[in-house]
Amino acid sequence: MRNVFLFIRRYFNFLFFLVLQIVSLSFLFQYNKFHQAAFSNVAGEITGRFNEKYNGVEYYFRLKGTNDALVKENERLNQLLKENYEAPGQLNKLMTDTLMIDSLKKIQKYIYREAKVVGSSVSSQTNYLTIHRGSSQQIRPNMGVISPLGIVGTVVSTSPNFAVVMSMLHRQYTVVVKLKNGGERGKVEWDGTNPSFVTLKDIPKSAKMNKGDSIVTSETSSLFPPGILVGTVNEIVEDKSSNFYVVKLKTATNFFNVQYVYVIDNTQFDEQKRLEDSTRKKIQ
Amino acid sequence: MSELLKNIFRFALFIFVQVFVLFKVSPLHHFIVPYLYFLFILWLPFNLPRFWLTFIGFIYGLTLDYFTNTPGLHAAACTLIAYVRPFIINLMISQEGTDKNYASPSITSMGFAPYATYALVLTLLHHSFLVFLEWMSFGTFFFFIGKVIGTTAISLLLILLTELLFFRKEQFRTNTV
Repeated sequence: MRNVFLFIRRYFNFLFFLVLQIVSLSFLFQYNKFHQAAFSNVAGEITGRFNEKYNGVEYYFRLKGTNDALVKENERLNQLLKENYEAPGQLNKLMTDTLMIDSLKKIQKYIYREAKVVGSSVSSQTNYLTIHRGSSQQIRPNMGVISPLGIVGTVVSTSPNFAVVMSMLHRQYTVVVKLKNGGERGKVEWDGTNPSFVTLKDIPKSAKMNKGDSIVTSETSSLFPPGILVGTVNEIVEDKSSNFYVVKLKTATNFFNVQYVYVIDNTQFDEQKRLEDSTRKKIQ
Repeated sequence: MSELLKNIFRFALFIFVQVFVLFKVSPLHHFIVPYLYFLFILWLPFNLPRFWLTFIGFIYGLTLDYFTNTPGLHAAACTLIAYVRPFIINLMISQEGTDKNYASPSITSMGFAPYATYALVLTLLHHSFLVFLEWMSFGTFFFFIGKVIGTTAISLLLILLTELLFFRKEQFRTNTV
């Protein structure tokens, strides 16, 4: 027993070093799996405050880009207004529904909530954004996040007033997408090299694709409503060995200056997830 | 200013410079990430006990980690260089008693060549470990080597610039005081 104590005293520094290494590595691998680390709630609140202070300055320099993005979004939404469309024949008349039930409220599946981006990074391999809206303002993990121009990422953790969003520019991020023209489904990932481009995979070669085609979110992605722009085709890489395209996409969102985002709350997400999980359990 | 106050000030300053200046630089190339924050550990005083040195390294790395949302990544690398630091210093000190006569490692206290070697070895160690932890989940061996070399080169350049811009005058302390 005495020798054990002597050993510990002799190599105390080395053992202490090993303990700290194990603690930090367990933090790292646990976070990579579940996106929950020790004290991340408190730490998120504190780093969020600092990020907010910095963003107060940075925001002025990005005003022009932010304004352009918002104007573009308004233009797109104006195009969708009912008044812009005219029925081709005399027979089709617009009529007001006389039913007295407000059916619109009940079936709204996606709820949008605006949030200010207070911290973001593009330079690392694992990029995150911090937004100024948290669990006290109805933000939960697993909510989709979009910018005025296209999709941004997914909420991974929240504190009372801030939330951390895993950006599309993260090595572990994937999103299910489809071609706007043909409807073939594939998935989008990031290879970690250039923050302006992401990689589209799993599109069969039978699909017709041209440079400049839009890639939008698919119906099967439960986080985003269908039809939200992800990116445009920039380069189609020839791969003779497989039956699938590998495509380089230009991201719709400019991750360098994104300032405002919308967090999308899918009100039926939990129900869908529960059903899918229970089915998976039954099969196994 | 006392040594303790000076180091607390440096702690905050290095973290903020790293998070709000260097990480905000738009990426030049995917091999290059400008890192400077670990210079804090290189500048810690000689007479700090090894236990505290390792512990400060851990806390310092973890602080940066909470800003970048990678808990444990920088903490592991910082703990490693903080632990290895005394070994390198023992090898590099040319004259007997440098660590008693001067407060902390610098060009004046150690001489240019030993200090440069000291910085090079710890920088290389820090980046190798950091990129290794990143590389475990993705990338190729070529990516690993390229990134370590690219990042180390940029870091050494930044360290040199910092040493020239903020020249630290080290007082020679005799043991008669």
